[in-house]
Amino acid sequence: MPLDNVVFWVFAPISVGSALAMLFQRNAVHAALFLIINFFTIAVFFLVLGAPFLFAVQIIVYAGAIMVLFLFVIMLLGVDGNESLIDRLNGQRPVAIVLGTGLVLELFFAIRAGIGFSAKAPADFDAAVNKGGNAAALSRVLFRQYFFPFEATSVLLIVAAIAVMVLASRQRRAITRAEQAAEERSARTPRTEPA
Amino acid sequence: MRTPIAYFLIVSAMLFSIGTVGVLVRKNALIIFMSVELQLNAVNLALVAFSRMHDSLNGQVLAFFSMVVAAAEVVVGLAIIVNVFRRRQSTSVDDAAVLRG
Repeated sequence: MPLDNVVFWVFAPISVGSALAMLFQRNAVHAALFLIINFFTIAVFFLVLGAPFLFAVQIIVYAGAIMVLFLFVIMLLGVDGNESLIDRLNGQRPVAIVLGTGLVLELFFAIRAGIGFSAKAPADFDAAVNKGGNAAALSRVLFRQYFFPFEATSVLLIVAAIAVMVLASRQRRAITRAEQAAEERSARTPRTEPA
Repeated sequence: MRTPIAYFLIVSAMLFSIGTVGVLVRKNALIIFMSVELQLNAVNLALVAFSRMHDSLNGQVLAFFSMVVAAAEVVVGLAIIVNVFRRRQSTSVDDAAVLRG
């Protein structure tokens, strides 16, 4: 049995199992931890598929930065384990589960019709495409063919950072001129306390 | 590489569907958001698998871009959830049913 096959059959059940565990977990912190396991298994799949740069980025950005942010917000807001089981729409839960199963089956048949279950990848990926290392090859594509989209993402990140600063600051309402005048008036004449 | 590419795509399809069911079933806004992240990751896995299959790096570049966009999206989304929590003292999406200030 070749090595990448072994890696796949070890990590695929962990990946799907941790995703299911996240789905069924009542506690939000535990769900986040299961999601981190899932992100790590996806990183391993990237490594098997010849994308070591994305493997590193996946661990640093997703398992590192994004999930720490999630855990921080969960801790900030407090964990409330009692999720109500009453549906706003009648039978939302069973219908969602049936539709999810249907989606899996549909994608399964689409994959079978599209590429078939025996189609194997070309053998010489590292020699042909990842020449000089995956990071160097990726940067050649990124900085030549996709240079403008790459610059656009920097704008996106700046906009996101500013947006978060605006959203996270507690907004104080500006005092209007009429309110200011009313306040001054009430300060001049002592208010009569209601008995 | 001896593993057929379709196996990776099937894992990706299962993760995507689990994420979809999570979005539909769960009530906690944070867990719904985590399910969306799971869906994004499943699509990234499919992109990288197709990139391997077609002997090209375009899929990997697209997965890289989607990671950048996901990072920006998570930050804004969590800020919105924190703001909703400040107003309603709850992260349940059922409590945010009235669309006004």
